[in-house]
Amino acid sequence: MQSRRDFIKISALGIGGITLGSQGIPKLLGNGLFIDPVVSGMKRIPTYCEVCFWKCAAWTHVDEKGKIRKIIGNDSDPHCNGRLCPRGTGGVGVYEDKDRLTTPLIREGEVGSQRFRKASWDEALDLIADRIKEISAEHGPESIALFNHGSSGAHFTHLMKAMGSSNTAPSYAQCRGPREVGYKLTYGSVLGSPEPLDIRDSKCMVLIGSHLGENMHNGQVQEMADMIEKGADIITVDPRYSIAASKSKYWLPIKPATDIALLLAWIHVMIEENLYDQDYVKNNTIGFEQLAHHVKQMTPEWAYGITTIKPSMIRKTARLMAASAPASFVHPGRQVTWYGDDTQRTRAIAIINGLLGNWGKRGGFYFAEKVKIPKYPYPEYPTPKWDWRNILNGRFPFAALSISNTFIDATIDQEGPYQIKGWIVSGTNLPYAIPDISKFEKAAQLAKFIVVVDTMPMEITGYADVVLPECTYLERYDDLRTSPHREPYIALRAPALPPVGDSKPAAWMARELGIRLGLEAYFPWEKYEEVLEWQLNKVGSSLEEMHEIGIKRFPRKSGPLYQPENELPLFSTPSGKIELYSQQLADTGFDPLPNYTEHATPPEGYYRLNYGRAPMHTFSRTSNNPYLADLMDENFVWVHPKVAAKWNLETGQKVYLKNQDGVKSEFPIKVRVTERIRWDSVFMVHGFGHSNKQLTQAVGKGASDNHLITDVKIDPIMGATGMRGNFVTFIVDATT
Amino acid sequence: MRYAMAIDTKKCVGCSDCVVACQIENDVPHGFCRDWIVEKVVGTYPELSMEIRSERCNHCENAPCVRCCPTGASYIAEGGVVLVEAAKCIGCGACIESCPYDARYSHPDGHVDKCTFCIHRVREGLEPSCVSVCPTKCMYFGDLDDPSSEISVLLKKREYKVLAPEAGTKPHVYYLI
Repeated sequence: MQSRRDFIKISALGIGGITLGSQGIPKLLGNGLFIDPVVSGMKRIPTYCEVCFWKCAAWTHVDEKGKIRKIIGNDSDPHCNGRLCPRGTGGVGVYEDKDRLTTPLIREGEVGSQRFRKASWDEALDLIADRIKEISAEHGPESIALFNHGSSGAHFTHLMKAMGSSNTAPSYAQCRGPREVGYKLTYGSVLGSPEPLDIRDSKCMVLIGSHLGENMHNGQVQEMADMIEKGADIITVDPRYSIAASKSKYWLPIKPATDIALLLAWIHVMIEENLYDQDYVKNNTIGFEQLAHHVKQMTPEWAYGITTIKPSMIRKTARLMAASAPASFVHPGRQVTWYGDDTQRTRAIAIINGLLGNWGKRGGFYFAEKVKIPKYPYPEYPTPKWDWRNILNGRFPFAALSISNTFIDATIDQEGPYQIKGWIVSGTNLPYAIPDISKFEKAAQLAKFIVVVDTMPMEITGYADVVLPECTYLERYDDLRTSPHREPYIALRAPALPPVGDSKPAAWMARELGIRLGLEAYFPWEKYEEVLEWQLNKVGSSLEEMHEIGIKRFPRKSGPLYQPENELPLFSTPSGKIELYSQQLADTGFDPLPNYTEHATPPEGYYRLNYGRAPMHTFSRTSNNPYLADLMDENFVWVHPKVAAKWNLETGQKVYLKNQDGVKSEFPIKVRVTERIRWDSVFMVHGFGHSNKQLTQAVGKGASDNHLITDVKIDPIMGATGMRGNFVTFIVDATT
Repeated sequence: MRYAMAIDTKKCVGCSDCVVACQIENDVPHGFCRDWIVEKVVGTYPELSMEIRSERCNHCENAPCVRCCPTGASYIAEGGVVLVEAAKCIGCGACIESCPYDARYSHPDGHVDKCTFCIHRVREGLEPSCVSVCPTKCMYFGDLDDPSSEISVLLKKREYKVLAPEAGTKPHVYYLI
């Protein structure tokens, strides 16, 4: 790879007076100062981004020397409209990162350490296959679980199903699970990603703890900027003065953990003042009478004492929302696993949206559509004898996907009938993602075998028996992207360069393991391109065409984008209507209408730990990226000036954090004294405080929020891990 | 021709895409930058306001860096773009000291470096890299001498400010407020 210094030298050569003007060679301009990276000679290869899961379609530009020069958004893609976010632009660093995993590794030391020896692919894969066979023979294939996040998961999910296990866990229980359940209960359908929010044409958007602009869900941030340009209104509810709060007409600096009280008071105002869409509610919802009765006493004055938001502000914002309806909505959020009553909070949001009548309305929720990609004709999968539902054993009745944390429990369980014995971990750094680290570590010790597939030596690799080096998204084919949007699109990810070192694509790994496990019938292809070509031909395209265009738009088949005026929408709820009152919840012993439950507040000297995103990072997976670390290489703990004065803290000073259970942060973290945070809470960006020395850029920088989240508030409706019920104090150490 | 940039502080979310795009476009060494984000918070909780700005060289008409450069390495090129000719630069740093915007840095190769308005791209009919990637489209680049250019129209329509007007540098980066 050409180094940066070499590049500069070419520039200096130019200044000596040699004129290079031909195609593909750096050309001299003007006084010879500039070489032009824009000039032709570069190839562009389509991809969709994997640095976060918004999956923007892009072009990877490779120069004649085989160096990735830049990654630029695909103009035709509605996820990005030709403009990537800093992580997508900095995706070059995913490829260039010098700390990447480049060879299979087999453990030599204790679990949790990083002592490995290099191995050949044959040795590593043979070992994994033998161990899977042993565990399957003794405990059944169902005892193997997959933890996954990202595109590679699909390849291992296929392998797992072929083996006879459907115990595959996405990030559902740490992210948007409660939202999907809340919407499913109320509207009969989940929202998916990207959420079908018509932000672009909205007159009023309400954010509850959603920090758009700091979470760079690209299309949504772009549409929020469109809203701002048009002068539309944003209302932000957040104990922190977020970027979005600073763009808002009204910022409601709410006391943390009291959102449901505010939502109920808003519902109260909308009903008391007849602000809701009465025709819409009459025609499309059930349970309005029960709702009206339920919120009768939940006045803004009642909510004031709980939320600290003034009654006049609660009324003013409810009126603004209603006046803008139906081009008005409360954003249902994304990472919503906060306090354990998160499904109920999402229900309250869904109810307000129902009162605003914004389903299928311009400026509210549009009807998204995606391209149905036909399934490659594999043989039928064997039926597992049991799955994650058996582990739940009746708990979390509305969980629609497996609950990752219950796989941790089932690994610790040495008695019950449904034990997990082996893990495949793909693209998720569990000790920085799943709360209650001591439980995770106990489970990792008890697991008979752990395989980790990653591009980087993330901390999870330290728990693996075998580490498989995956090539990055810039070096591989993956499944076609088909995600719901205003119009249906597919996008291709194709390799721009061959894999670095001995890294390999997940599809190849899954196939090699499948063959070793006697599952050849499920891998009847040599290269994954064959699967893509077959699928593309079925939908009327080809790899050749997709290499040219990257993204292809298809005509809508499901009907119009918005609800036609003279038709009533159909909902897939039991009643066929929006269920303001949920009989399903009543029947299972849960509150059929959302209630405010008081949550614990921090003890004296402690502050609620709130976490969130920074626009240039995705969880713990980007901290080592050389470009993104240039933008932000550590997190700070945000502290209100009054709190700082009490503790004698200054910006830049290093402190340790200790939580209510006495758990201390592994590393010190720098203080940021700022007016942007409430005095009863602190904030830190998620994903820092790496401990693995092989992450040479990121190790020891900042602290990990996840390590301080030991009190986990489980949502009884669907099992998600609420992570905002933890309190921290400062350990001010003169030596740091 | 008079190149200028306008940045809409109302739309900017401070994501830093402009910074990383510039670094990659212009091979700015790791640890340095030609543009950066400033977040200015005013008030006390909860009565707060915040301005977010993407900052860079202001390509001043009355450029102190050009006036103080002993070798003529810093000069004003076409369209009023302030450039540094690396071969003539002795790295004395006088320009760094003179710049009221702190827009220049010492490149590890021994010369001074800074924003060029991506003149190499502009000459090809492209926008500067930072402008071309911005997810919120909060940045505008164009010719102030052309009254129909987007930037000229915006500056007629919108309220704006420049940074450190008291320095008398006549900067050509405008902030829409």
